[in-house]
This record gives sequence, C-alpha cells and structure tokens, in this order.
Amino acid sequence: MSMREKIEEAAARYPDQRSAIMPALLIAQNEHGHLPGPVLEEVADILGVERIWVYELATFYTLFHTEPIGMFHLQLCDNVSCMLCGSDALLKHLEALLGIRKGDTTPDRLFTLSTVECLGACEMAPVMQVGDDYHGELDIGRIDALLARLRAEAGEAIGAGLADAAPPGE
Amino acid sequence: MFEPVLLKNIDAPDGHLLSTYEAGGGYQALAKVLREHTPDEVVDLVKQSNLRGRGGAGFPTGMKWGFVPKRADKPKYLCCNADEGEPGTFKDRIIMESAPHQLVEGLAVSAYAIGAETAYVYVRGEYVKAIRRLEQAIAEAREKGYLGAGVLGSDFNFTIHIHCGAGAYICGEETAMLESLEGKRAQPRLKPPFPAVAGLYASPTVINNVETLACVPHIVMRGPHWFRAIGPDKSPGPKLYCVSGQVRKPGLYELPMGIPLRELVEHAGGPLPGRRIKAVIPGGVSAPVIAGDGLDVGMDFDSLAAAGSMLGSAGVIVIDDSTCMVKVATRIIEFFHHESCGKCTPCREGLNWVVKVLRRIESGEGAPGDLEQLEKLCKGIFGNTFCALGDGAAMGLRAALTHFRDEFVAHIEERRCPFH
Ligand SMILES: Cc1cc2nc3c(=O)[nH]c(=O)nc-3n(C[C@H](O)[C@H](O)[C@H](O)COP(=O)(O)O)c2cc1C
Ligand code: SF4
Ligand code: FES
Repeated sequence: MSMREKIEEAAARYPDQRSAIMPALLIAQNEHGHLPGPVLEEVADILGVERIWVYELATFYTLFHTEPIGMFHLQLCDNVSCMLCGSDALLKHLEALLGIRKGDTTPDRLFTLSTVECLGACEMAPVMQVGDDYHGELDIGRIDALLARLRAEAGEAIGAGLADAAPPGE
Repeated sequence: MFEPVLLKNIDAPDGHLLSTYEAGGGYQALAKVLREHTPDEVVDLVKQSNLRGRGGAGFPTGMKWGFVPKRADKPKYLCCNADEGEPGTFKDRIIMESAPHQLVEGLAVSAYAIGAETAYVYVRGEYVKAIRRLEQAIAEAREKGYLGAGVLGSDFNFTIHIHCGAGAYICGEETAMLESLEGKRAQPRLKPPFPAVAGLYASPTVINNVETLACVPHIVMRGPHWFRAIGPDKSPGPKLYCVSGQVRKPGLYELPMGIPLRELVEHAGGPLPGRRIKAVIPGGVSAPVIAGDGLDVGMDFDSLAAAGSMLGSAGVIVIDDSTCMVKVATRIIEFFHHESCGKCTPCREGLNWVVKVLRRIESGEGAPGDLEQLEKLCKGIFGNTFCALGDGAAMGLRAALTHFRDEFVAHIEERRCPFH
C-alpha cells in the first residue's frame, strides 16, 4: 500500500478527517523516518485539512520527530521506578559508550539517545525502548550486549543496502 | 485463598488467543446480555456491583453510564482509556498484551449497555506489542461474529477502532483524550458539559479505563453480589496492583480491593536485602507519598483518601532507606512540569518555578526560606488549575514536604545531598 492509501484507510475510521491527522502522521513517520515540512504538507493535502492543524500536532506530541534521528532511537526511561532501579548509572554508561549526551545523535547517525517518561513497564525497570521493542531489567552488561547486537544489525542493513545498490553483474 | 479473575490466564503462552479465551468461558457474558438483558438491565447490574473506575478517580461506573441520555439524535461513543501514562502503572498494558479479549468483550458488553455502536480505544503509541495483540483480538472477534453488524445474530452493531497516542501524558485526562481523538492538541476541556452529554464530536460519550471495562464481563457472569463481596462494600472487587521500585518481586498482582498496603508489599517479596521501606507511593506519582510507618492502610479508594493519599491507578512504588526523598520529589515534579499541557498559568509557570527550587535544594544550593517558597507555590497551584494534573503535582509535593521535611532541611543546612 502506498502512504496515501494507508492514510485514506486510517481516515475511514473517523467521521471527521481531522481525527485522522495523528494516525496519518504515524504512518508518514514510519515511511520517512521523520516529519519534515514537505511531508507534513503532503499529509494535510491527502486529508484535505488545514496545514496548521498538522503542524500543530507534529510539534505537540513527543513521538513525532520533525528533525531526523538516528537509525536506532535509544529511549531510556528515567522516571521514578526506573530511577530507583539504577537508570542514572545506565544513562552515564550510554553517554560514555556512545560519546554523546542525551538528546544527541552519534556522528555516524546510528544512535539517538533520549530519556523518556515512564514507559509503563516498571515491573521490568530499568527499561529502554528501542524501535518497537522494550528491553527490561537492564544492567551495564545487558546494555553492552544490546548495543553490540544493534551495531551488527546496522552493519547487515547497510551491507544489504550496498549490495542492492550495486549494479547487477558486478 | 483469593482466586484471580482478571489475571487468570495471564501466564498462559496463548492467553491472547480467542481459543484460549473461549475455552475459559470467554464471550459468554456478551451472549448472555444479548439474549437475556436489556441495556438498562446491564447498567443496573454494574450499578449494583459498586464497580468504581480503575483509571484513577474511582468514579462509580454504573452511575457514569446512567448519565448518558436515553434518546439522542447523535450517535453515542464508548472510549477506552488505554493511555496509561501514570508513572508506576503497567496493568492495562499487561491486560492488552496477555488477555486482550477480556477488553474486547468488556467493550462490547459496555457499548451495548450505553447504546454505542462505535468504540475508540486510545492506546499510548509506545505500546506497540499491546496494539498488535489488540488488533489481532479484534480481528478474531469480528471473524467469529462477536463484533460487526448484528453481533451474534442480534440487532446490536458494534465496531472497535484503535487510536494510537503519540507520547503525551495529558491524553490520559479524559477531555484531553477527546480533543486528541478529534485531531487537536491534547488540552483539557471545560466541564460541564460532561462527556456523557457532549463528548467526542459533541456526542454522548463514556470514557472508561481498560481494567474497568475488563471487570464488566465477570460481573455479568458471576453477578454483582459476587463482585461486591470482595473487599470493602463501597469500593469492592478484584484489583490489579502494579508494584515496582525497591522490592524483591516487582510485578502485577491481582488481590482484593482494600488489602493492607503492608500485605501487598509482602506479596511483592518485601524490601531488598538489608533495606527498610521508607516510603510508598500507592497510586502512581499523582498520589501523595505515604511514610513507611503508614503501611497498614487499606488499598481502596476511601481508605487511602482518608489517609491523605489516593488509590489512583494503583501504581505502587516502593522506596527504601537508600533513596533520597528530595531526589524522588524533584523527579516527580520534573515529570509533571514536562507533561504540563501549557493551558493554564499556575501549572505551566508554577511547576517551572517549583522544579528550579527543588533542583537547587537537591544539588546543595538551597537557601533558607526555600521550603516556605515551595509551600507558597503549592498553595498557588492547588485548586487553581484547569485540570487535575496541577493539583496532583501540588498534593504530592506537599506530602513529601510534610513527611520528609528533615531530609529537605538537611540538604539546605549541610549544603549537599546527604545520600551522595
Ligand atoms: C492528568 C491525568 C492523567 C490521567 N491519566 C489516565 C490514564 O492514563 N488512564 C486512565 O484510565 N485514566 C487516566 N486519568 C483519569 C481519566 O481522566 C478518567 O477519569 C478515567 O479514564 C475514567 O475511567 P474510569 O472511570 O474507568 O476510571 C487521568 C486523569 C488525569 C487528570
Ligand atoms: S493543570 Fe496543567 S495539564 Fe491541566 S490544563 Fe492546566 S496546564 Fe494543562
Ligand atoms: S518508571 Fe520506567 S517504565 Fe515506569
């Protein structure tokens, strides 16, 4: 399905097109990685709603990114339950390991590091969300193993991308 | 021994599938109400059960349903609050991931009772697994005729849509959720009109929490008296408690309403080795903290209110004597400040100020008079905000200042955090 078709399908769930802006932004962000101005305008045009309405939502909700982010978004929870279980030390470790501060992206654009509010998984504190997945009961060893795995995954993805890009027969 | 109902199949690997749910008696409540009861009778059953909303405020569910106008020229809506943003809370996620059909059946029975043909489940966007499981459950239920046109051969039509949130705690506040569903920035609405009269698209709308709705099929099958016999009569039923923080066995526990907090903490394994419990937040961070000597309080809406706190979302956060309470209080206010929607000044500006003072105290740069300043700010915020977010923040800080004043004072006098 094209992005337009997906958005139109989502919009059919509501009696009012404006309600579909949020689902449409999620679809657009999945497609493009982030939400630059032209994508916001496209979303507005597909739904036939005011552009300002779309801008308004894209800047209100924290899961929408108007700026590009890394291939992996490391979202470490630092709310109370995770804090009580040692998230501060994990943040320091991640910052040292990646050589960036929270909020930043590594120069190779692999990782963006953020702290987030409670992920609703405090029974497995401390918790970090990466992409769609939750990683719980974290400690320094598990963080190291996770990052190694993500780097390997990235290597494969980039490798596969290069292979795709290579002209056939070479 | 208390027999868990909501979490009966929670550890079953296939607990999320329709076949498992049906094998345990699933969708019989829906069949029963369609066969035997008028919508009003279902509302009465829920009224008789004394079920109170599990989302935080503890409002009687049957009474809320009763506010929906009988005749309306507009469609009615049921909205399920699955935004679950209250720090310390994870029960709705586990229901949706591990037993989503319970919610689907609860939605169907409840929609029938209030006369709604459409429900929106507002799930926080981070809950990707829960969303997938819920989508799967809805598809399975539709296939079997539990949803769709003419449910189980009756003339009741019912459709469920999932709406994904995008990371804003305030969307859990019911009128902000409606704004968000209408495609606007999530800022709370003025009440009245109440949503039951003019809610989503200005239509009559009932908003209920996931756990509230999950209770409904059990009330239908086992009867309101069964429900009411569990725990205190005014605040009864089986209850999901989310226990986290500094305990040996954090997790989700289903136990009767009204169980003493001390017993609940024991179920969760008690304090970590060599530690003593200093404080417990009993209902998510909006609930005022209880000091370690107050653990005999019953975990229900009325007992906790009488003790100066609240059951809220039953997100029970256990804090031991290794932890600095100024740090905890600071982190909580930072959360509220970050999540303030910005609509009203006492919350937006007041919390900004409170955060600054708290950070300065925690880092050893507090000044004499800072505690009085904080109290003044709490007074300026409490009761003067548009929604309960600001109130919750002020109440929580006041409780911390009252119960753990010596720790705040020590920070200021010693010009450092005594826990570092
Ligand atoms: C700031 C704020 C956040 C809230 N967050 C939630 C939430 O995440 N989930 C929820 O069910 N209720 C939440 N509530 C309570 C809802 O406004 C509403 O009372 C509840 O969803 C009604 O359902 P119930 O009667 O079944 O409890 C929140 C309230 C406030 C003021
Ligand atoms: S109290 Fe805070 S969250 Fe509630 S309306 Fe006012 S600014 Fe928004
Ligand atoms: S506090 Fe981190 S998941 Fe709840």
